[in-house]
Amino acid sequence: MGDLIAKSACDGLLPLEIGGATLTEIVFDAITSVAPWRGHEQAVSDALKSQMGAAFPAPNRSTGKAKSRAVWSGRGQALVLGPPLEPIAGAAMTDQTDAWACVALEGPAARDVLARLVPIDLRDGSFKRGHAARTQLMHMSIVLMRTGADRYGIMALRSMAGTLVHDLETAMEAVAARG
Amino acid sequence: MRVQGRGLVDRNSPVTFRFDGIAYEGFAGDTLASALLANDVRLMGRSFKYHRPRGVLTAGSEEPNALVTVGAGVGQEPNMRATVQEIYPGLEAQSQNRWPSLGFDLLSVNDLAAPFLGAGFYYKTFMWPRAFWEKLYEPVIRRAAGLGALSGKPDGDRYERAWAFCDLLVIGAGPAGLMAALTAARAGLDVILADEDARMGGRLLAESHEVDGMPGPDWVDSVLNELQAMDNVRLMSRTTVTGAYDQGTYGALERVGHHLPRAEKRPLETFWRIVARRSILAAGALERPVAFTNNDRPGIMTAGAVRTYLNRYGVSPGKAVTVFGNNDDAHRTARDLIAAGVHVSAVIDARADAAVDVKAPIYKGAVVSGSSGRKQLESITVRSGGREEKIATDCLAMSGGWNPTVHLTCHMNGRPTWREDIQSFVPTPGAIPGMEVAGACNGTMTTAACLREGAEVAARVAADLGKKAKAADLPKAEDDPYRLTALWHVPGKGRAWLDFQNDVTVKDVKQAATENFRSVEHMKRYTTQGMATDQGKNSNVAALAILADATGRGIPETGTTTFRPPYAPVAIAAMGSGATGKGFAPERKTTSHAATVERKAPLIEAGLWYRPSYFPQAGETNWRQSCDREVGYVRNAVGICDVSTLGKIDIQGPDAARLLDFVYTNTFSTLKLGRVRYGLMLREDGHVMDDGTTARLGEHHYVMTTTTAAAGQVMKHLDFVTQALHPEWDVHLISVTEQWAQFAVAGPKSRELLNGLLDTSLSDDDWPFMACGEVSVAGVTGRLFRISFSGEHAYELAVPARFGDSLFRLLVARAEAMGGGAYGMEALNVLRVEKGFITHSEIHGRTTAYDIGMERMISAKKDCIGKTMAARPGLVDPERERLVGLRPAGAAKQITAGAHLFNPGDAPVRVNDQGYVTSVAFSPTLGMNIALGFLKRGPERYGETVKLVDHARGVETLCEVVNPVFFDPEGGRVRG
Repeated sequence: MGDLIAKSACDGLLPLEIGGATLTEIVFDAITSVAPWRGHEQAVSDALKSQMGAAFPAPNRSTGKAKSRAVWSGRGQALVLGPPLEPIAGAAMTDQTDAWACVALEGPAARDVLARLVPIDLRDGSFKRGHAARTQLMHMSIVLMRTGADRYGIMALRSMAGTLVHDLETAMEAVAARG
Repeated sequence: MRVQGRGLVDRNSPVTFRFDGIAYEGFAGDTLASALLANDVRLMGRSFKYHRPRGVLTAGSEEPNALVTVGAGVGQEPNMRATVQEIYPGLEAQSQNRWPSLGFDLLSVNDLAAPFLGAGFYYKTFMWPRAFWEKLYEPVIRRAAGLGALSGKPDGDRYERAWAFCDLLVIGAGPAGLMAALTAARAGLDVILADEDARMGGRLLAESHEVDGMPGPDWVDSVLNELQAMDNVRLMSRTTVTGAYDQGTYGALERVGHHLPRAEKRPLETFWRIVARRSILAAGALERPVAFTNNDRPGIMTAGAVRTYLNRYGVSPGKAVTVFGNNDDAHRTARDLIAAGVHVSAVIDARADAAVDVKAPIYKGAVVSGSSGRKQLESITVRSGGREEKIATDCLAMSGGWNPTVHLTCHMNGRPTWREDIQSFVPTPGAIPGMEVAGACNGTMTTAACLREGAEVAARVAADLGKKAKAADLPKAEDDPYRLTALWHVPGKGRAWLDFQNDVTVKDVKQAATENFRSVEHMKRYTTQGMATDQGKNSNVAALAILADATGRGIPETGTTTFRPPYAPVAIAAMGSGATGKGFAPERKTTSHAATVERKAPLIEAGLWYRPSYFPQAGETNWRQSCDREVGYVRNAVGICDVSTLGKIDIQGPDAARLLDFVYTNTFSTLKLGRVRYGLMLREDGHVMDDGTTARLGEHHYVMTTTTAAAGQVMKHLDFVTQALHPEWDVHLISVTEQWAQFAVAGPKSRELLNGLLDTSLSDDDWPFMACGEVSVAGVTGRLFRISFSGEHAYELAVPARFGDSLFRLLVARAEAMGGGAYGMEALNVLRVEKGFITHSEIHGRTTAYDIGMERMISAKKDCIGKTMAARPGLVDPERERLVGLRPAGAAKQITAGAHLFNPGDAPVRVNDQGYVTSVAFSPTLGMNIALGFLKRGPERYGETVKLVDHARGVETLCEVVNPVFFDPEGGRVRG
């Protein structure tokens, strides 16, 4: 019997460095969706805190740190990025580890690159570190996080990884070509 | 000619460029127009209709005449304004609308035929014969009348779009805009200052005024330096704000690459969407020409443009310039020229009482009534007190006053207000929510007043947004009153041009009024005034003034035509940027994509997904051979197919079962753990929405599958139900489509294949038909479903997507070793048609559960979405077209999907229509063509013969109506 070989979503596509921006794939050990049942919101948030060190995020926010982050992903739903979770009573949980292509866009040109693809206000005062959004990148639905002064996390559907990289690469080239 | 000691161009940076194949030299900072004028090239284009020789009229983006094509071949850019196009080394520009050359244009015969070609000529002349319009008249007219052309090849250039956000968008960087931006930025607002010029400063770059005791351009630089150093300011030059839209959104076009040699990855233009809490329009004003006979000769231009060429570019458009105007502002042109050492032949002021302080021959109360010179102005005729006199001159600087640039304020249906004192329209306050207006575009006509108004308006906006602006020290500047007397038209014989770009004359407008096109909107369309790419910026007000006169109304009563976006031409390529080729739509690829491509499978698009059509093998010459072989795998051995594209929705929570019972026609609350059930979903209107299987993984945990095509629609539907219809239910949805790579393992040898692969082998007792559960695949936890879309003993095996590529290769290799292999969409389709299984070919939105023979799946014991509506008499009428199978009656002939069904004796016309064919296949299993379709009273007519007619493809054949389940109707194989 042969072994099954794992391939990441952006296998063979990344990293890229163009001008003032770099694009790298992030592979999390696990991505788990967590949706508290009614009345269990606080208990689930507490359970998250003890399991991965961050509370359940408010809408358009992320909590935690690079290796262990929870990001709001929809009505009453968050994605926990990083550590695998033990089951939490009173929460709907699904394994999403393989469902997403996760990339980090970083560098002084990162925001200018995103401004070509994402229709939301990314100014410092409006989209701070720890902020997140379900939004669009070109024609794709994404989860966008600001994870540093010049660093953004982007999650798109795994099947669209090629398009994600294509669209970002095109915008990175255009920004770089301005000099 | 160049004038020494004047201009802001860099005389140390010569730039060589070509116009119509001839090399010229200009300086960095020149536009094509200024550089050509510096080289004494005045003839720059031919007019649209009469092919009249034309030179520049203006020095800005409103230019109607000097349109050129830049570049050649794939990248050629037509209709670039020479007044906007900056020169760069290697620039190649061509004149347009002339043949064979600009100097000798054969189509200028149109000009001789002018008496016949006035307004309405085309409408009246080319009415008959009717069929000739499209095939003959229009192409010929288009050939003769025209602008530049595209290459006809796919665009090779890049364009991009982008978003920007700010507290305050200042539109225009002249004195008012600069002062507004400075005041707001100092108050702490996040400011974007956008200006369409390459260099900010507006008229301050074009005039000889001092501001704050220094030359205007120096003051501009000092302000720009301060703005540049501030973090909260973004300066966007070469950026034309083209439209004002809802909620503070503005469209803007930035010229990124037009002024530079082409670079592969640099976009030519960026189309911006700027979202601003407030905006200040400081767009300035456009000078209007005066209509007199032959006022269109090269060398006749606006007085302000002459000052721009002189003061900004160090170019005099003529050696002996005459100035003609109805206002004091025009006198500046003469004064600046004289100060620069250029000869001024005369200053002609239409006002008898004008005070003209210029050292040149002065004509008061006089007008220019004509001109002569064919390709270049040679002389003008001055009419004064009934006497006419010729003056030799090679440039006439004319001014009929200034029109505030009100355009953007009218983009949301606002109408401008007429101001009698300046004989101009000004913006109506509040026309665009959140937009304030300052400076010349508000009818504020002196530099000092513009500076003051810019500061005041910005302070008001800042206060509105909760910031306090310090009272600015207003710089000192000229404050000469702007005095004028209306002068639209100098009466006389011959043609006096209003709209230079569309060749519309005073006579045309009067003709329109005579023929009762008295509304300004009708006049516009009848004469085409204002319908060229300059959108009438140079002619609208004069044309409606003449219309007002011709119809005996005042100007405000006559009103303006509607100003619509874009303010300046925007390439469609810029608006659609990025959305070509790979950017058109996202590509969704399965984990087996690479392996599929390696096997040279042709791909078909299913929604955004790419799926294999079939997997060709050596020696196969057409798809049918491959497809037949793949069907054989499944019927006789084992086939492998990637089914990951089907929608998979994870449903959890205390009310999960309740939700499923509500959205499906049948019951899922009774489904046992570890079992799968087929479900049918209706729309609210009772028609079928989708079908699929749903597995129960836990007490409160289900996984629903949808068809590939309807995955998004079903998710949206479930969201609607849980948010709008039953928000009280505690149920949680999330797509897991992307998490799992799922493969059908189908055929009599499917279990054997899996037993060699799974860590625990399967038995019929543990894994009966419609069982599901977790399995271990080479140590990886997966999910197994014993379900079948082929009618065979089959499974679907799912593993986390990262293992998809590997598992697919493994499964296919094992299947091949067992006499099977991979199968694609064609085989999948044949297999399901043989079994009479439906897809969206059948549940296409107009069919009901009754139509597809599944009315008994609507549970009588519970309610569900669509149940009541599905029971409407019209939807359960036995006369409805209902699902049947079809096979050839007699010799096998072609059966086509989309064909219609008729009774054999009836004529194949609409009223006799009995039904239609939805799916067809050649069944290698049965050795014949088979089809699914819908037939009136279908299930009652098994054994009858119907006539199949495909009008589009010319097919006609007889078919026998049969049960739609062609193969293994007892279903023994699926359980075996």
